[in-house]
Amino acid sequence: MTLELKNVGKMLGAQTIIYPTNLVLEPGRFNILLGTTLAGKTTLMTLMAGLERPTEGTVWFNDRDVTHDAVQKRNVSMVYQQFINYPNFTVFENIASPLRVARMPEQEIRARVTEMAELLRISTMLDRNPDELSGGQQQRCAMARALVKDSDLILLDEPLANLDFKLREELRDELPRLFARRDRVVVYATTEPTEALLLGGWTATMAQGRVTDFGPTERLYRHPLNLTTARVFSEPPMNVAEVRIEQGRCSLTDGLSWSIDNGLPDGSYTMGLRPHHVLPRPDTPSDIEIQGRVTVAELGGAESIIHFDAYGNSWVSLSHGVHPFAAGELTTFHADMSHCFYFDDTGRLVASGKQREVR
Amino acid sequence: MNKAVNQKAWFFVLPVLVLVAFNAIVPLMTVVNYSVQETFGNNQFFWSGLTWFTDVLRSERFHASLTRQMIFTGSILLIEVPLGVLIALAMPRKGIWVSICLVLMAMPLLIPWNVVGAMWNIFALPNIGLMGKVLNDLGFDYNYTRQVGDAWFTLILMDVWHWTSLVVLLAYAGLVSIPDAYYQAAKIDGASRWAVLRFIQLPKMKRVLTIAILLRFMDSFNIYTEPVVLTGGGPGNSTTLLSIDLVKIALGQFDLGPAAAMSLIYFLVILLLSWIFYAVMTRNEEW
Amino acid sequence: MARISLVGLKHSYLAHPAAPDDWALKELNLEWQDGGAYALLGPSGCGKTTLLNIISGLLQPSHGEVLFDGRDVTPLPPEKRQIAQVFQFPVVYDTMTVFDNLAFPLRNRGVPETEVRTRVQQIAEMTELSATLKKRASGLSADGKQKISLGRGLVREDVNAILFDEPLTVIDPHLKFQLRSKLKELHHRVPKTMIYVTHDQTEALTFADKVVVMNMGQVVQQGTPEELFLTPHHTFVGHFIGSPGMNVLPCEIDNGNAVLKGHRIATANKAPAGISGILELGVRPEFIHISDTGLPATVTGLSDAGRFRIAQVNCLGQTLKFLVSEDHPIATGEVHLTFDPTHTHIYHNGWLAGQEGLA
Repeated sequence: MTLELKNVGKMLGAQTIIYPTNLVLEPGRFNILLGTTLAGKTTLMTLMAGLERPTEGTVWFNDRDVTHDAVQKRNVSMVYQQFINYPNFTVFENIASPLRVARMPEQEIRARVTEMAELLRISTMLDRNPDELSGGQQQRCAMARALVKDSDLILLDEPLANLDFKLREELRDELPRLFARRDRVVVYATTEPTEALLLGGWTATMAQGRVTDFGPTERLYRHPLNLTTARVFSEPPMNVAEVRIEQGRCSLTDGLSWSIDNGLPDGSYTMGLRPHHVLPRPDTPSDIEIQGRVTVAELGGAESIIHFDAYGNSWVSLSHGVHPFAAGELTTFHADMSHCFYFDDTGRLVASGKQREVR
Repeated sequence: MNKAVNQKAWFFVLPVLVLVAFNAIVPLMTVVNYSVQETFGNNQFFWSGLTWFTDVLRSERFHASLTRQMIFTGSILLIEVPLGVLIALAMPRKGIWVSICLVLMAMPLLIPWNVVGAMWNIFALPNIGLMGKVLNDLGFDYNYTRQVGDAWFTLILMDVWHWTSLVVLLAYAGLVSIPDAYYQAAKIDGASRWAVLRFIQLPKMKRVLTIAILLRFMDSFNIYTEPVVLTGGGPGNSTTLLSIDLVKIALGQFDLGPAAAMSLIYFLVILLLSWIFYAVMTRNEEW
Repeated sequence: MARISLVGLKHSYLAHPAAPDDWALKELNLEWQDGGAYALLGPSGCGKTTLLNIISGLLQPSHGEVLFDGRDVTPLPPEKRQIAQVFQFPVVYDTMTVFDNLAFPLRNRGVPETEVRTRVQQIAEMTELSATLKKRASGLSADGKQKISLGRGLVREDVNAILFDEPLTVIDPHLKFQLRSKLKELHHRVPKTMIYVTHDQTEALTFADKVVVMNMGQVVQQGTPEELFLTPHHTFVGHFIGSPGMNVLPCEIDNGNAVLKGHRIATANKAPAGISGILELGVRPEFIHISDTGLPATVTGLSDAGRFRIAQVNCLGQTLKFLVSEDHPIATGEVHLTFDPTHTHIYHNGWLAGQEGLA
């Protein structure tokens, strides 16, 4: 029960939307497509579903070439960002609709729909119309309809994006329980790295029509294959700068330097440091000091995001607690360079610093 | 398995192809055939190349009808489009009156075209028609059967009455789709009513208005039934529009060659003007 | 610039409201100082957009008054109140250039052209639109268009307040971050009263000096982000703010102290004597620590959020979540937990014990 894309590419006229892609998606876990809005996640999903034909390559499901199968022939369900429900059907009829198309006996339809409604906690809404429900409930209805079909392949295209922050959290916690099953391939598209991490499974990061990395989510986070992946997988955005390594010392182009011992040959590299390793107060013995001028201080209740300029670059610091700084204030930040990623001039990862090993 | 499915689909399309062939393609080809041939009777035809085409294009009669047609189409577009937009702007957007207004607007569009022609024929009669009598009583010397100006006036008035509703309905659909936030922002920006119309409503209605204008252009250029029933092309030939003239030549005089050539030129003129119009209106990508 | 006061404000969309549920806004009194940055935070349907529209004049309240600097502006329409509003969907005048868009509010008010030019260029520089001034507004991306909407609000000198109605909704997630900090920066440079409506706690907490939390038409608490985070007055605030939200556990009271299944828990507040009703203990995941002694708990799940991990445990029959930093090892199985006393509170019927009914 595997979904495999072999050299699948999509062109629109002269423009390449999806570059030839090879992916093997296994059942029983979340397969996440992570990337910004126009990275190509939705297009890739439509190619997987069969709603669009690839201009090159083949799609294989269960070791069968399904590239030319119409989507109605494939056992696919899809959940969208906009809560798509039949507006003139009740919730019950909405969930029952794929079963009615399959000509299932009425008794069984009723049993399955009730079971699904229980699972998604909308049992009390079965006789209402979708426009009477809140956003979260409408999305649950859409999800129930997708699940009731018992498809082999379920695609979720940013299903939580239109929901309130808190609602998104709640529904996200329930997703693994609802969707992940041994015999079903689940593909989930999202733009939020945190969401990918919390859902677990495997992630494919996408940027501009290309899959830049694919593997266990945690591995991508802690040991991204390349700079693009590292950037996609950081929120707030990673601090990135060009550096030179010479004889055990690494220096930024404008004076800041630190010692390193990762055995990298001398040369030019790009370094990446996540914002939560740049703090306004000393933290670890391996910290170095960065003098910076604060541009904006965003103080949330639990954490502070501070933007500052230093050594010709813009930096972002993320720390716990409230650290009020005035705009324009000159202050010292402490960066734990042992957590730096180093990328060579092709963008490939060459050293990942002190990251926890991924089991 | 895949190939079979695709082939079967063609069989479903076949009946439609046959119908279209008989109703459109074959007649069209017949016309093309006549337009390049000449006959001296006795069903003997010989090739005449583009003679008929050049004859038609040079004929005074054709120029005159074409001019009349352009004046007609131009006039009704200039009246119906702004009038339609104004009515759409005045229509309510919420509440019970919406349905009532929409039904009222749709009514003129439902009447068969020859009935429209007949209605106005009687309505405008100078001595017994309601409008004709009232106009004459008011002091105007109004007689559409005798005076050219009056005939044109009545013709245009009839078309405006008949077809403005189409523009209204399309413009209304465009208007209703503008989100409230735009009006709210305009209020906050202190925009005048005129500014709201110019900068929000009209730009947002651009798409539907283009469709409305295109439809009205094509239909009015093709118009036949209403003017024929109303004036018969008269007085004289003052309201003989292109289609009326074409019928006179083809069926009245039975000059098939020139008529066929004229039909094709007619067709190409509409095609060309429509294409130019469409290209101009949609030249910006945000179409 | 103005001090904004809302006195006895109530609103219902129905002509004859009968039940409490018919009121979209239940009675509220709020006062906002000149030049501050405020946020209205709450889930969908809590009444925040209704409140914003009443302040801007797009909606007339059923009861109560809106005062700007003590002057009753309730009967005035929006254009007379000198406010600016940025909507969820970017509202730009498509046919005009960016320059003309920004100039529009000034030209409508008869401002001389030279002044218009200076002002527009000033605002364009602040919102980073200077490079696009000659372009047609319709050609910009969503965040560019929102910047235009924002610019139109800022360009008028006589604006009393700028209101934002979930302005980042249509912005790409990776641009949201930039636009958010841009808004904060703008508030530093242009010290006008700014009121920001959102359901996203990160946006609200990072932007505002003071946040008003609303639920079901009522103000539940208002305070600085830190206050809301550290001392929630209501379990709703505790749950709504913080990701994950506050843990709420039913407890008993013994002599004013909280007791959890026989374990005495030290709390920041004490319950008044003879109290009855729903009694709960609230403690945020950030303030639960693993220790050698304390409450016994079994680890049931571990999620990775990147820079920290969320541990889910079963403690005395209750599900709790707490945070573990990314580098610390976490033992599975049995652990012992302690709650930080300064950040653990007793709640009575949802409200902070000793502070019932105070918003």
